[in-house]
Amino acid sequence: MIGRIGLVAWHVFKESVRDRVLYGIAGFAVLLVAASILVGQLTAGEDIKIIKDLGLATIELAGVLMTVFIGVGLVSREIERRSIFALLAKPLPRWEFIVGKYVGLVLTIFVNVAAMTAALYLMLAYMSWGALEVERRAWAAPATDPRLLIAVALIAAELALLTAVALFFSTFSSSALLSVALTVGLFIAGLLSHDLQHFGDIVEVPHAVATFVAAIGWSLPAFSAFSDVKNLIVQGQPVAGGYVAMTLLYAAIYSTAAIAAAVGIFSRREFK
Amino acid sequence: MSAVARVDRLTKDFRVGFWRPRPHRALDALSFEIPAGGVFGLLGPNGAGKSTTLKLLLDLLRPTSGRAELLGKPSGDVQARQRLGFLPENPTFYDQLTAEELLTYFAGLFGYRGEDRRRRAAAALDQVGLNGADRKRPLRQYSKGMVQRVGIAQAIVNDPELVILDEPMSGLDPLGRREVRELIIRLRDEGRTVLFSSHILSDAETLCSGVGILAKGQLVAQGTLAELTRGGAGGAEVVVSDLPPSVADALARRVARVTRIADGRYSIEVAGAARPEPLIAELAAAGATLVSVAPLRTTLEDVFMSALSKAKERADGAERSRGAGPERSRGAS
Repeated sequence: MIGRIGLVAWHVFKESVRDRVLYGIAGFAVLLVAASILVGQLTAGEDIKIIKDLGLATIELAGVLMTVFIGVGLVSREIERRSIFALLAKPLPRWEFIVGKYVGLVLTIFVNVAAMTAALYLMLAYMSWGALEVERRAWAAPATDPRLLIAVALIAAELALLTAVALFFSTFSSSALLSVALTVGLFIAGLLSHDLQHFGDIVEVPHAVATFVAAIGWSLPAFSAFSDVKNLIVQGQPVAGGYVAMTLLYAAIYSTAAIAAAVGIFSRREFK
Repeated sequence: MSAVARVDRLTKDFRVGFWRPRPHRALDALSFEIPAGGVFGLLGPNGAGKSTTLKLLLDLLRPTSGRAELLGKPSGDVQARQRLGFLPENPTFYDQLTAEELLTYFAGLFGYRGEDRRRRAAAALDQVGLNGADRKRPLRQYSKGMVQRVGIAQAIVNDPELVILDEPMSGLDPLGRREVRELIIRLRDEGRTVLFSSHILSDAETLCSGVGILAKGQLVAQGTLAELTRGGAGGAEVVVSDLPPSVADALARRVARVTRIADGRYSIEVAGAARPEPLIAELAAAGATLVSVAPLRTTLEDVFMSALSKAKERADGAERSRGAGPERSRGAS
């Protein structure tokens, strides 16, 4: 069982790293990071903070693009090109296929996030090496602050959750474009989930409406929860360990639920 | 002889239409058995239900009612899948992978590990004649014929007892079709059972020991080729050249059929128990040159056309009686 899941995952990884889409997004990420140096130079004393901020935002955005554009095609492309027929005629239970696909894409995303993080640290180290002592003292946190890894871990968890969502849509949507729209839509709605949860406090509406909107807010994947810590770390402020642990646990539980739903749908799916 | 595949009153309805979906019956209480050994052809025109039957056998579709079994196990059984191979219609695989990588991946899904996995992949590629540098090229650079060969290789990578091929000749040029035919014969000679669907009757006639003919989701004929073509029309076909048209016209009134074919030649059919020798002598006397003499026999095409025509008559009859029903109801009310 583990062997077959590992094989499917390794195959997804191998196929993804040869995908031109991945290189397009990686090129885009490099451009954004390069742009952050320029922006940093324009803002005296704030350069390291801006590079960290833009660097983490780039890692997150590039990860989201990779997840959406590769993730939604994971299953739908198999169906479109009919490779699914040959694959499901093999002794590969459908749930193992879905879990393998998920693990493979998460592996691809994590490897890319790790590479982008290494690039960000290298850039920060270079900036720190060229900075004067007086400039260093003005920074809210060291340039190569190890706590950046906490923000990166949360971005990785956020991307793992988004991968699960993309895979879920991919299992029943007949078109990759529709899957992209649904995944992006849910991601944006998830970023607003905190506001929806407190809709009644923001907008004066009848209690029933506020409760209904709040229920939607609680059921959406709370992507906004992953960004708060990032801002604190960039600004050199303390981060509560319990919050990080709970956010990681939330991502694990929600991802598991989304994968279970994807397995449930895919197991019943017919292939005409 | 045990059956490798069995379907029992298998029925499949699809829902068609967007606004008001209604059921469309793709298979209608289909029952048949395929014995182990040899090549079995599932034949029928487009839309007859061939691919639907294969997909139901492989659990890619779920039946509305009825049962499907492969290798003695219900369709979808993982253990049964360990012993079978499947080539889908017009397959495409992973553009970024090479044939070698694809086969190694698929061999792994059957539980082969390490060197054994690579050996199985290499053996399957050897069998379909994909050698050397071709194995190391990404599949996106392959011609359709080469993809089909990779498709067959992945269907035999596990050394299966039963190989199911859905329209294996579809879209191939004559050379590609001949290669696939030779591969099927090789699989049969290795002792495997091959079940393939096709609407190309000449291929079925060359390859099959048994056939089933589907029309509108129903089995309209089944048997060995010998059983289905037994009896035959009798008589003979004489092909001549240099036959004067006046003689041809005169003959047309006395024999079963006279047809002008290519290059000014004539095909003359002598029906039933009549011997062709007197006719050949008469044609020689009229100055014609004998090209060939062959006994007339029932071909698979004759059987196929006759089965389809009977099925159509039955369907039309059923349609008429359904149409008459409401008329009667209206009359009664």
